[in-house]
Amino acid sequence: MIAINNVSKWFGDFRVLADCTTRIDKGEVVVVCGPSGSGKSTLIKTVNALEPFQQGEIIVDGVSVGGLGRGLPKLRARVGMVFQHFELFPHLTVTENLTLAQVRVLGRGKAEALAKGLRYLERVGLAVQKDKYPAQLSGGQQQRVAIARALAMDPIVMLFDEPTSALDPEMVGEVLDVMVGLANDGMTMMCVTHEMGFARKVSHRVIFMDEGRIVEDCGKDAFFGDIDARSPRAREFLSKILNH
Amino acid sequence: MTYNFDWSSIARAWPYLLDGMGTTLFLVAVAMVLGVTFGTVLAILRLFGPRSVAMLAAGYVNFFRSIPLILTIFWFFFLVPLVVRAITGNPYFAVGPVYAAIAAFVLAESAYYCEIIRAGIGSVRAGQFQAARALGMTTAQALLYVVLPQAFRNMTPALINQTVALLKDTSLVYVISLNDFLGAAAKIGQRDGRQVEMFLFAAAVYLALCSLGTMGVHLLQRRGAPSRR
Repeated sequence: MIAINNVSKWFGDFRVLADCTTRIDKGEVVVVCGPSGSGKSTLIKTVNALEPFQQGEIIVDGVSVGGLGRGLPKLRARVGMVFQHFELFPHLTVTENLTLAQVRVLGRGKAEALAKGLRYLERVGLAVQKDKYPAQLSGGQQQRVAIARALAMDPIVMLFDEPTSALDPEMVGEVLDVMVGLANDGMTMMCVTHEMGFARKVSHRVIFMDEGRIVEDCGKDAFFGDIDARSPRAREFLSKILNH
Repeated sequence: MTYNFDWSSIARAWPYLLDGMGTTLFLVAVAMVLGVTFGTVLAILRLFGPRSVAMLAAGYVNFFRSIPLILTIFWFFFLVPLVVRAITGNPYFAVGPVYAAIAAFVLAESAYYCEIIRAGIGSVRAGQFQAARALGMTTAQALLYVVLPQAFRNMTPALINQTVALLKDTSLVYVISLNDFLGAAAKIGQRDGRQVEMFLFAAAVYLALCSLGTMGVHLLQRRGAPSRR
């Protein structure tokens, strides 16, 4: 589904991604973790070319992302993305947020887009909020709407960029529940997150990054169970994050 | 000796003054609508255009912002006809005060509005643009449906302020004998020997119009934008 081959990226002289290689198969749930500044958000944003990269190649569903140019919007429409700060459009109602791209990008009719949007809004448990503006919703609700907005585009894969990091602690659960539901339904997911509980529960694989490198890329049982086999950097990270 | 105020000139010259006000409001309306339109195009070119185009747009903006408006008006009235005559060989070509004023105001105001709109676009979180593109929108769609509506909402006060300044600047057209409101008032004052009254009256009218704009800004700021996060 997604193949990332030897991808490197520089900001000026600073190398943010160093020779990253991994792949994500259809139906796989992969968690990307690591200390802040390790390049995990940058890596996930290269998959739909929100971040350009200078070396290597990324293939999404048989299409190379790097040289797409004008074809990029078409690819991005098929790759769902959820952001740390939700990024709902504040000047539009929930319903308008859900239908805007369906109508303008996919060319769906208004009624079809509305039906689809409301179906996913129902699924994230917010059907009653359909006429509200984002500012009238809590952070957790906004993020659930953002997930519904991405799902309404019928994506082949969902990218999550720290979807719970900007939330109050009591709202993390409601967003994770939606994500767990998606994973159980067989959605292909790439999630940058510090929620190790989520990683343990539903992920198939865990990627650990440090200083722009993919340091660990292994099954979740190996990652959490066989700690002695992990790199010192990953062990340090895990001991910090798991002990409290 | 005391000055005896006589305001009757105003009532007598009412149609003429209204005519002048018509010219003033016409200039403001045209310069605002076209200025905001071209200003938006310029701002988008500056922010998203290829480097060479962006630099050209920036040069245009800096040029017109550094030149006194009165000079731009002079150019279009005196210089442009000379140039056109030289090029076309038609010795009678003239621009006329109305077109000269419109051209000068639109070109200069586009530059002013461009900077306001550029700041307005900059005030929208970068993540909004990213989110729009992540949904598959092209740059143009992301601007049209997501960024610009928010930008215009944020910059309405600045746009109104600029338009208030424009209203006052239109009085500069007296240099090319275009009869705007101030010009009309001045002429009546001269004719009747009532400059004091006419200039006081003109000041009061400009004050009232500008206050309306300022009140609009306050109203918008107090109401805020309810749907903003």
